[in-house]
Amino acid sequence: MTDSTRSPQAARPVGGPILTRPFTLLLMLFAIGGVLILYRLATGLGQVTAMNDGYPWGLWIAFDVVTGTALACGGYAVALLVYVLNKGRYHPLVRPAVLTSALGYSLAGVGVGLDVGRWWSIWRVPLFFWHWNLNSVLLEVALCIMSYTFVLWIELSPAFLEKAEQSGIPSLRRFAAKTKPIVERALLWIIALGILLPTMHQSSLGALMLIAGPRLHPLWNTGWLPLLFLMSCIAMGYAAIVFEATLSSWLFEREPEREMLAGLSQAIVPLGTAYVGLRLLDIAGRGQLGALFAFDLYSVMTILELLLVVVAVGLLLGDAQRQKLGNLFRAAMLFMLAGSVYRFDTYLVAFRPGSHWSYFPSVGEILVTAGLVAGELMAFILIVKLFPILTLETPHAAHHH
Amino acid sequence: MAVSRRTALKVAFAGAAVAVARPVAASTPLVAPADAVGLLYDTTKCIGCKACMAACREANGLEPDTTWSEGKYHAPLDLSARAKTVIKLFDDGTRTSFMKAQCMHCVDPACASACMLGAFKKREYGIVTYDVNYCIGCRYCEVACPYNVPKFEWSKAAPRMVKCELCNHRLAKGQQPACSEVCPRQAVIFGTRQDLLREAHRRLAAQPNIYVQKVYGEHDGGGTQCLYISHVPFEGLGLPALGEESTPMLQRTIQHSVYKGFAAPVALYGLLGAVMVRNRKKGEPA
Repeated sequence: MTDSTRSPQAARPVGGPILTRPFTLLLMLFAIGGVLILYRLATGLGQVTAMNDGYPWGLWIAFDVVTGTALACGGYAVALLVYVLNKGRYHPLVRPAVLTSALGYSLAGVGVGLDVGRWWSIWRVPLFFWHWNLNSVLLEVALCIMSYTFVLWIELSPAFLEKAEQSGIPSLRRFAAKTKPIVERALLWIIALGILLPTMHQSSLGALMLIAGPRLHPLWNTGWLPLLFLMSCIAMGYAAIVFEATLSSWLFEREPEREMLAGLSQAIVPLGTAYVGLRLLDIAGRGQLGALFAFDLYSVMTILELLLVVVAVGLLLGDAQRQKLGNLFRAAMLFMLAGSVYRFDTYLVAFRPGSHWSYFPSVGEILVTAGLVAGELMAFILIVKLFPILTLETPHAAHHH
Repeated sequence: MAVSRRTALKVAFAGAAVAVARPVAASTPLVAPADAVGLLYDTTKCIGCKACMAACREANGLEPDTTWSEGKYHAPLDLSARAKTVIKLFDDGTRTSFMKAQCMHCVDPACASACMLGAFKKREYGIVTYDVNYCIGCRYCEVACPYNVPKFEWSKAAPRMVKCELCNHRLAKGQQPACSEVCPRQAVIFGTRQDLLREAHRRLAAQPNIYVQKVYGEHDGGGTQCLYISHVPFEGLGLPALGEESTPMLQRTIQHSVYKGFAAPVALYGLLGAVMVRNRKKGEPA
């Protein structure tokens, strides 16, 4: 097995030109988002967003933060598999997953920074510890996400240090040579933190909406919300890895890690089944089956959330099914969608501030989010082209050490 | 007994001396502090003159909210960053009633439970106050408040949260809140929570065929310091049916049992580390 601290032997920079046509397109989207961000910072939230006093949280929280960080749970999910369940053969998936996570969480951080009204005072949250309100679930989520983003970049730092070791600048080489062993020695405990922190804040992201009380629709308002959020984010993490690995194998024209992706997908099956089971039991146990089959907006959205998971699990049953890469890709997309819809619903659809309030994201909000996602994709492309992240050989050759 | 200005003065001076030991265990229901003050609004007395809205705006230095009056005068439809109180009309076709909205000053406020750095806090007289220095504008308070009270300054680059603080700047000078002072019919009166509850029950008992036999806020949502008595159902007035448990209670109970003494996260961290060290030594089973 590869030592947890050593880079997978085959991880190498992809190389190639940076400013390709798709990259230029992303750059344009990023620039449009950037202009709108400046406008928002200068004029306040009301000019750019459709949020209001009934719906104080909109697309930026529901997507960039709550959904985005769950889709960025690949690093968490694969770390669980490799380091806790001791499945070392999945090691080649760690770096790309951690990179996707680091970028996703960083995007969430930027999203929060834009969303809070008094963004210049955000530094007070971690530093004014004598003012911490320990009843505040949001405080826990904020501190956890801040620390985890930091942890993810440290988890990834060996990739940057390896590159620096071959740098032409002697001082940078010396720095890398000195730092790398320190990081490598601490890495195991950093990775443990990288498993603990998402367990805490991903469940707390569910607990967060419990405070809305009766304004949260009964189909979502349950004490099991934290556990449901945790289960779905792990499944979404695996799905995101399968999605990302399949996509990179097409984009960068390399062999996909078929067996590993099949194995990961298999892990989703019990998670998805347990999620559907728990939700149905909980809804029935609280006497809300009537609401589930009322066929109003709330009932239809809940059924959709559950159906997406059921179909995805169905695609993955049976060994033969899991050998088809297209099947894995479709199931992964369905899982990512199911988890995203669940999160959107909990934060926006299920939240009922009163009939005279309404919210639909403004063009400005959508363009800012699109710009941020474009920025994330650009960073991913740039980093995998310049740094040793992806395993380039066919995985069959690469995972025997 | 109607609560007079003298009572208000007495409360203001005497209340400061009362020190209350607040319960520490987060999942036990909170009780109103002994010096709690509030408002009692009586729908049968309000004539909808909106003098309270004008007085409130003036006393709190708020710009007029002219969104719905073509820029002409202060006519907010609901509470807003420029309206800490608003008079609404309830009409179900057969009965009508006015309704005064403002912060309820909950016994166990969801906004204060939600707030990361304690910008919203229950301070003297149990008034839920706001300190902008500890606010980063996350608006979780707006998500949390079951009465939809805290409002955000959406059109400002340096926004604050705005809500009724029961004119605590006036109480400090020995005055009562502007809305209750100016009310020509004493439809809204100011006093200690205990006095107001007594007065409310006296009115319910005196005219049982007129009032819905309930004081809203006595127990609702864990209790509030602003109380309502009404001749129409409270749901019609926009006061939600909350039950007797405060809204932040469920979340706090779950969160505090999971994170009690931070023992579970520390234990999990130790366990994860131990498993990973063992795995590294052992290698993967073939």
